[in-house]
Amino acid sequence: MLEPSLKIEELAFAYPDGNQALFGVNLVINKGERVALLGPNGAGKTTLVMHLNGIHETTHGKIFVSGQLVDAQDKEGLKKIRSQVGIVFQDPDDQLFMPTVGEDVAFGPYNMGLRGAELEKVVTKALALVGMSEYKDRPPHHLSFGQRRRVAVATVLAMKPEILVLDEPSSNLDPASRRELADILRSLDVTVVMVTHDMPYAYELCERAVILSQGIIVADDKTKNVLTNEKLLKDNRLELPVGFSIN
Amino acid sequence: MFLFVVISTSITQWQLFIFYFSLILLTLTVAKIPIKLAATRSLIEIPFVLFAVLMPFFGTGEQFSIGPVDLYRAGLLAGLSIVGKGTIGVLIAIILSTSTTAREILRGLEKLKLPQLMVQIASFMLRYVNVVTDEMERMRVARASRGFEATGIKHWKILATAAAALFIRSYERGERVHLAMLSRGYDGVLPHEEVTKVSVKIWIKALTLPFLALLAHLLMIVWK
Repeated sequence: MLEPSLKIEELAFAYPDGNQALFGVNLVINKGERVALLGPNGAGKTTLVMHLNGIHETTHGKIFVSGQLVDAQDKEGLKKIRSQVGIVFQDPDDQLFMPTVGEDVAFGPYNMGLRGAELEKVVTKALALVGMSEYKDRPPHHLSFGQRRRVAVATVLAMKPEILVLDEPSSNLDPASRRELADILRSLDVTVVMVTHDMPYAYELCERAVILSQGIIVADDKTKNVLTNEKLLKDNRLELPVGFSIN
Repeated sequence: MFLFVVISTSITQWQLFIFYFSLILLTLTVAKIPIKLAATRSLIEIPFVLFAVLMPFFGTGEQFSIGPVDLYRAGLLAGLSIVGKGTIGVLIAIILSTSTTAREILRGLEKLKLPQLMVQIASFMLRYVNVVTDEMERMRVARASRGFEATGIKHWKILATAAAALFIRSYERGERVHLAMLSRGYDGVLPHEEVTKVSVKIWIKALTLPFLALLAHLLMIVWK
């Protein structure tokens, strides 16, 4: 059997100020799955995401990406992990820091050692995947928010990740940009972990949903089952938008 | 380089300065920069000019009078020197900034072996100056929406708090950007542009201005 894209065992974490965010998270995500990570504010979602590529050092428990242990001490291994776990951050202005779109997309693959024509090819392909090819030489601050979000996805896709982790991908997007991004995500052949408060978006894109609440995983099921379980949602400060129902 | 030559010229060799100015005018024409644009942008120099104008009135040493005013020779020369050299400096900076994009200047600095770190800082500044000014503008709108208008010294406290908030926000953004960079494998080196060979032709073009100035300077020395 194939190694799962992501395997988390008993992950616990406390911030240096003593505030404990994670209390033993167990999660296995198989290759090609799209999983929604739901949970109220302060549930530890972002903390969990920061562990996936070793930004937060694992202090308790273990994380495996495609069978390889995430170890913040192992600098070479970490480099590989960071190319395999692509994180798209919430604010595209944090993610796009190079002077032009093209250079920003090239940033990741460059760090992985690609140069010249090969680098060019990867950049062109990643921008084509999100439909932003003609913006290659534009500075990021001239793009709309939706376009910047798409470029942010491209910057990560250029690293050919095993898992794509998206932090609130639909936040601040107008309805059309939101749908366009959904189409892009559906077209990708990659494992997706999507942190979101947008329940309809989770339902639309992910077959499986996980609820993280107070530092542990309290539900892990088909998205439909999770979102139709009213008590479960209510207990975890989650709710469906008014007028939205799943049959 | 042109500036080095200009600065090393003594103000008493006024003929040379006329030559320098005509060189700059020529460059402006070749670079197709409207004289008016250059003139308005040079207004930035005015405070220094004011200072320079005062200089002849204060000083020591040789004095002479023009009508009712007594002037000091050393002060006059220093003042003229500031105005002359300053104007040339400002004009050259204007030519550089209007004919070259900020990115190209950075790339140029990198080629001139300015430390990587400084080039990186400057390029981040270039990228985020818009983001930060937008943020500043949003904060101003938010203040104004709640009826705040900075009118006098008693409002400085609020403005200072806002500035502090902006600083902290920018600092936190810096941290988030750094995280995003680490996530994509940053290890201290920003990607280089593929080094495009600078042709001999471009070098010759770029060196024409300082070369002509130097030539004139040397001729003056020999001639004397």
